[in-house]
Amino acid sequence: MSDTPDDLRYASTHEWARLDDGGVVVGISDYAQDALGDVVYVELPEVGQEVQAGEEIAVVESVKAASDIYAPVGGVVEAINEALDDGPEIVNQDPYGDGWFFQITPDDETQLEELLDAEAYAEQCAAEQH
Amino acid sequence: MLEQIGVDSIAALFEEIPAELRIGASPSIGPGEAMSEMAMLRWMGERAERDAGLVCFAGAGCYDHHVPAAVWDIAGRGEFMTAYTPYQAEASQGTLQLVFEYQSMMCALTAMDASNASVYDGASGLAEAILMAVRKAARKSRSRRVLMAETLHPHYRDAARNIVANQGVEIETLPMAGGRCELKRLPDDGAFAALVLQQPNFFGLLEDADRLTDWAKGHGAAVIGVVNPLTLSVLKPPGQWGESGADIACGDGQPLGAPMSSGGPSFGFICAKAPLTRQLPGRIIGQTEDAAGRVGYSLTLQAREQHIRRGKATSNICTNQGLLVTAAAVHMALMGAQGLAAAAAASRANTLRLVERLTAIDGVRPLFPGPFFHECALALPKPAPEVLDTLLDRGVLGGVSLAKHFPELGNALLVCATEKRSAEEIDTYAKALAEILR
Amino acid sequence: MSTIFDLSQPGRNAAAQCADLDGAALARLPEAALRAASPALPEVSELQAVRHYTNLSARNFSIDSQFYPLGSCTMKYNPRGAHRAASLSGFLGRHPLAPERASQGFMECLFALQEILKEVTGMAAVSLTPMAGAQGEFAGVAMIRAYHRARGDLERREILTPDAAHGTNPATAVMCGYTVREVAVDGNGDVDLDALKAAVGPQTAGLMMTNPSTCGVFERQAVQIAQVVHDAGGLLYYDGANLNAILGKVRPADMGFDVLHLNLHKTFATPHGGGGPGAGPVGVGERLLPHLPVPVVAQHEGGYRWLTEDDVPGTIGRLSAFAGNAGILLRALAYALMLGRTGMDRVSDFAVLNAAYLATRLKAAGFELAYPNRAATHEFILTLAAQAKAHGVSAMDFAKRLLDFGMHAPTTYFPLLVPECFLIEPTETECREELDRFVDAMIAIAEEAERDPEHLRTAPHNLPVGRLDDVKAARDLKLRWTPG
Repeated sequence: MSDTPDDLRYASTHEWARLDDGGVVVGISDYAQDALGDVVYVELPEVGQEVQAGEEIAVVESVKAASDIYAPVGGVVEAINEALDDGPEIVNQDPYGDGWFFQITPDDETQLEELLDAEAYAEQCAAEQH
Repeated sequence: MLEQIGVDSIAALFEEIPAELRIGASPSIGPGEAMSEMAMLRWMGERAERDAGLVCFAGAGCYDHHVPAAVWDIAGRGEFMTAYTPYQAEASQGTLQLVFEYQSMMCALTAMDASNASVYDGASGLAEAILMAVRKAARKSRSRRVLMAETLHPHYRDAARNIVANQGVEIETLPMAGGRCELKRLPDDGAFAALVLQQPNFFGLLEDADRLTDWAKGHGAAVIGVVNPLTLSVLKPPGQWGESGADIACGDGQPLGAPMSSGGPSFGFICAKAPLTRQLPGRIIGQTEDAAGRVGYSLTLQAREQHIRRGKATSNICTNQGLLVTAAAVHMALMGAQGLAAAAAASRANTLRLVERLTAIDGVRPLFPGPFFHECALALPKPAPEVLDTLLDRGVLGGVSLAKHFPELGNALLVCATEKRSAEEIDTYAKALAEILR
Repeated sequence: MSTIFDLSQPGRNAAAQCADLDGAALARLPEAALRAASPALPEVSELQAVRHYTNLSARNFSIDSQFYPLGSCTMKYNPRGAHRAASLSGFLGRHPLAPERASQGFMECLFALQEILKEVTGMAAVSLTPMAGAQGEFAGVAMIRAYHRARGDLERREILTPDAAHGTNPATAVMCGYTVREVAVDGNGDVDLDALKAAVGPQTAGLMMTNPSTCGVFERQAVQIAQVVHDAGGLLYYDGANLNAILGKVRPADMGFDVLHLNLHKTFATPHGGGGPGAGPVGVGERLLPHLPVPVVAQHEGGYRWLTEDDVPGTIGRLSAFAGNAGILLRALAYALMLGRTGMDRVSDFAVLNAAYLATRLKAAGFELAYPNRAATHEFILTLAAQAKAHGVSAMDFAKRLLDFGMHAPTTYFPLLVPECFLIEPTETECREELDRFVDAMIAIAEEAERDPEHLRTAPHNLPVGRLDDVKAARDLKLRWTPG
């Protein structure tokens, strides 16, 4: 059973989001990193890029799959996790911590509330496994 | 076998096909009675023979170079020729290592960081290069405009435009003056995803690649250099153009070991600077190791490809031109940098000689000023198609008429004499032309 | 094994290939256009190069040395006569822009091939120019788009594909500016007709499919599918990947297809060459005739001439610098000439017989067929899900172990919807003894899976390298040789 921390919000496309000092930090869930297998590359957005909620702004690649990462909220990309360039395996090792992807300054924080809570997301993952 | 399957005839194996769709018992399809190998070779041989024997002074993207005897002895080995795409890496180390060596050689020639394992040909490869640049721009300027030199091979311009047409890419033309890109007409109206230039260009002339590159980079556009790999043994590689180099080098690999063969199969190459590596279409080979630490090679970055990424793949390409890449790797290994440079220089020497002899004829002159490499456009006193037709009767393929694609250039003919052309052949051509124009 | 670069010694060369450099010829070139330092290509003798690449060739499987039961790829033996014919010096030495008057022999060959492919497929016209199956697909879908556009029907933005389709189909549709909608395949490998009816509409540009399908079975409702798509105003695209199963038996035009491509390197006699080249001619019905890619050969005043943009104003245009992979087209013609009328349908006879025999024997040996109620076509699918569950060995492990037995692995993990699948296509050129040997190997490996599954998981054991670390290859990208 994969880990879904209660303090995060989740997109049905397997991103997690955390409001952190006015910014929304985004990564992929433990379930997603496990399903992908060994992550070999993460293509990140540009700092300063304006994004819409639901827009494809990053790609995470394993040997056998590549998945688009969607912006869970609209806003401006404030920071990206450059450590993933040389260490994509961090996504597998610590998906909710050092394996974060990017941080967005949201246009509208309340967009976060449209995402799933941990319980609903865990249910979705359980359904996908069957 | 039928007994084991449990049917009494082969026809019974096709019973799931609805009867109304099936062709009747004696199919009317097919080319007639079966030929033996001997009869087929005679039939094909008669037709091959009918077109043979012309001394070739045509270039325009396909060149009559010498191919060392060992090249196709090796590439034609069943172990290379009848192998499958190297998806099962452990059973394909021969092909995989060879392509890795090929990628290394192409990176050396173009001064780029990464090469793919080939695309179909130079023209379709240019389309792929344009799409790479547009994808890259999607993250920055979001421009889908591409500026393409008018001095690019017209077939490349057409094919590239046709292939990218449905993806919202706008292609604009950078006009020429005197057969080269007109620098003062470089546009000043907004962003471009890429600038495409050919070096040497379609007319064999040398562009000011440094200045064009610097202009493009200054305007946030990627630079795509369409190049002849043989000439890169002598000319500045795209990776070193201008202050920071072109971003993508592409072109046709035919001068590296492929016979002219009516223009195909040859292969297209695409090389790129590191930041564009993941935008490369098609297969790429990487070095890795097995559990015991032995070095091996496998297809890598496959998540970009159609069999995994489907609708979001970098390209739909699947089959490429593997066997021609095999020939090219052997060709480059045999020739070395020095051998390629010698062939390039000899081709240029022969073309200089040819141009000198032909322009000694009344009414024949170089169409453009300025240095050419191993092709040259000439102005004739008569329509080029007519002249070429008459030359055929004297056993000479005298070049390529520019009438169709550049009618504004008048009676223009593009000629080329590779290292294979002897002094006697060049003299024969000059004599024939003199007589025809007399 | 060392690379050719490791063998390099400064100043060494293959003397016969390396004329004296004519420095004078380069003298009048501008300094700025010249390269500062020679490219770092290997410096080896002719013998070193020949020996190196000969030794490398021994590290390959190939049809000449191994059996390749690779579903959807049709790895058959291709007669050497076809190779010889295409390698005649008159063909190899022809410049692509030689005038028509000096090209009548070559053009007669292309015209003959166009006519043969028209007859085999039932289509109204054929263009030989696409250089591989995927480019043929591109040409086909681009023609569908041109057709709708020419009619002012601009709202058709969607291409349908069965969810079992090959990845090139959706990738092609996107290259042509379409979005893709997948249609489910039912438990017997047929397209779900109700799902198709629900998916079509005024947005449907066309449907891409192959028959036999990628599930290795004949799509029995082909005619009904065509009806549904045509009624919605869409066109039907036939992916010729699996033509080997129906050559001389059924013509795609009779199944209602409007446009198709053929993989000449699968069905018509070109060896795979370690990844190509191929050729992907396209055939069209009357409706798409105005959009055919150029150049095409036409008869004219007792000879032949090229049709270009001027003759076919609605064309999707040229897709390559010249006229496609001419050498591959000549091989296909030579092959067709040797098959003749009577040989053409014997290709599918024996392709299907071999597949049915192999399926029967593997089933008897305890392997599970993915579509047990269906007849094998030229290929069929095994699912190794039971072995995976019982012994923790995957289809990949089976595949790698087969290599140790001197046989290439079947296609694994395609189509994606069958778990742990083996897509097996023996082709018509293998004899019964070879098929039996494959069954024996499969039985031996299944027994090994029970006894010593780890031996499968770490296979192959008898090849130049063991299973390679694909994760390392992708994380620590090394795409070219560097010194040291």
